[in-house]
Amino acid sequence: MDVLPFELALTFYFAATIVSITELFKESKITSRIMFSLAGIGFVIHTASIIYRYIAAGHIPITNAHEATSFFSWCIVFIFFLLQFRYKVNLLSSFIMPVVFMLMLSSSMLPREIKPLSPLLQSYWLGIHTVFAFMSNAAFALAFGIGLMYLVQERHVKSKRLGGLFERLPSLQTLDEINYRLITWGFPLLTLAIISGALWAQSTLGSYWNRDPRETLSLITWLIYALILHARLIAGWRGRRAALMSMLGFLIILIAFFGIKFLKIGYHVF
Amino acid sequence: MKVFVAGLNHKIADVDVREKLAFNGPKLEEGLKRFRELPEVHEAIILSTCNRVELYANVKDNQRAAEAVKTFLSEFHNINRSSLDAGLYIYDGVNAVRHIFRVASSLDSMVVGEPQILGQLKDAFELALSQKTTGILLNKLMKKAISVAKRVRTETRIAENAVSISFAAVELAKKIFTDLSKRVFMLLGAGEMAELAAKHLISSGVKEVLVSNRTYERACDIAKEFNGKPVRFDEFIDEMARADIVICSTGAPNYIVTKGQMQKVMKERKQRQVFLIDISVPRNLDPEINDLDNVYLYNVDDLQGVVDSNLFERKKEAEKAEKIIDEELETFLRWQSTLDSVPTIIAIREKAEEIKREELDKLFHKITGMGEKEREAIEYMAAALINKMIHPPTAALKEDSEDKDVLVATIRKLYGIDGKKE
Repeated sequence: MDVLPFELALTFYFAATIVSITELFKESKITSRIMFSLAGIGFVIHTASIIYRYIAAGHIPITNAHEATSFFSWCIVFIFFLLQFRYKVNLLSSFIMPVVFMLMLSSSMLPREIKPLSPLLQSYWLGIHTVFAFMSNAAFALAFGIGLMYLVQERHVKSKRLGGLFERLPSLQTLDEINYRLITWGFPLLTLAIISGALWAQSTLGSYWNRDPRETLSLITWLIYALILHARLIAGWRGRRAALMSMLGFLIILIAFFGIKFLKIGYHVF
Repeated sequence: MKVFVAGLNHKIADVDVREKLAFNGPKLEEGLKRFRELPEVHEAIILSTCNRVELYANVKDNQRAAEAVKTFLSEFHNINRSSLDAGLYIYDGVNAVRHIFRVASSLDSMVVGEPQILGQLKDAFELALSQKTTGILLNKLMKKAISVAKRVRTETRIAENAVSISFAAVELAKKIFTDLSKRVFMLLGAGEMAELAAKHLISSGVKEVLVSNRTYERACDIAKEFNGKPVRFDEFIDEMARADIVICSTGAPNYIVTKGQMQKVMKERKQRQVFLIDISVPRNLDPEINDLDNVYLYNVDDLQGVVDSNLFERKKEAEKAEKIIDEELETFLRWQSTLDSVPTIIAIREKAEEIKREELDKLFHKITGMGEKEREAIEYMAAALINKMIHPPTAALKEDSEDKDVLVATIRKLYGIDGKKE
């Protein structure tokens, strides 16, 4: 039963991805309306599938790799829509939807059975900690996409070759500001995720910090984003450097996310 | 009746020739009146711009019309008749219609895609309407040409990219900054091109204008013109930290801003994006400045490069436009062919026959038990009736008259022929 909504959401995201990629070449009001409808329907179905699993499992569906990846995609689409309502960034979907689809596809290939929750994780902290963590990472994912758009547009303006996407991408300043805005959303969320994680660890393991690799990598990402914010405010690091840093930050998040799964170390392994 | 075009444009005639043939000011009305009065010309429009002089007409015999138009032009403008023989293009029929569509859509313009020509064509048409020199054919043709031009504008990107240096500068500024109305603009030096670019930028709405010049009085004058603030030349580098867009054209023989200086400026403005436009030759801003982060430096050649590649884009879009014109040409010719008398004669007859058939069927349905003879008599009478009714319009259509197109259109309307078909 829980399979069907997930596959449906995946299908809609796939269709939205195809449309968003064609938009790189030719775009109109109609294509963007189709894209948003497809992604919107996909999102609603995706939400339903997550709620269904929540009810079936009795806790937030985030405790195996399939669920975690799926929930992460959901957070990205959620923030994507927030951003579109607020800023209407042209072509953003072409940079984000393929990522969402790839994540959903990898999620679909991971084992889906609901295993009994390890006693270590049975706590109300599970919901709080993971929602903070995933939302912050999703904001950083969007910052990655916007950063990439910035680099593409920057290349056009700097090299004085104004073909390709130049006409349709937003202005450099707009992209730079949104990139910054996303980090100011993601950073406090990441901070809360780390604090709640530490409190949770203290209550179950008796220690705030356990040198789990996930914890270490989270700290590194936290430091990177702290550096981005600091450098921007103090030294005026903006534009290309800020875009590159925000992309680096997200790459480390991805390494942390998937690397730990492959190496299977620490208690963040699902 | 045929569409006829005689004229010349920037491609075949230099400006000294074009200005001799131009119908400007009061000459236009007078010329249009006399052009229409030529016996060979039934409808007339004159389009006269700085790049072209064209005479549009509805004619019966294009050879005779061409001769008459040449004589008219040489007399009106007082120029040698023989110089006109080689110096004009003459089109008729399909080619004339295509030419007018291409002119309206700005495919024949010096700068393909420039928007002014459509307005000029509308003006020429309006003058002709007010002088009552046009009729059914040219009226329809002009309306069609205007709608074709609009279709080309919306369906291709022919008019989208900036094709002048100052527009290219504004376009770029809009891709660097979110909102030009919050930006500070600085003009360094003076010069025609710099001031033109400045005007374009300022009219796109900037927050503040700073003007600096080697002579302070000149800076004050220009600042007054642009409603800006003059800055002493030895202080401009300090003010530059506030400027988001700088146009530079000072005529200095060397770089007035070096990379090192710019680095300091950037530090002071906390690395906020800055757009520098160096219009001066020799250049005034060290080209290496472009290597700095968040600094975008364009010189005259760079902007010209942008303009050239936009022109290339336009050429590609022009091919799409030609296809649209081909389509529209076909619908126009289809309409024009309905103005021919033969299809109209046939259509009237068909319509009459159809009415006869319907009414007879109804009658025979109602009254049963009629003999073969009575039937034949009634059918004969019906046929005689419609023949008598359609004889006068048919005869009028077959006659050779001057306003045949008007007659055809009127008859088609009276008999409701087109209403049914379309």
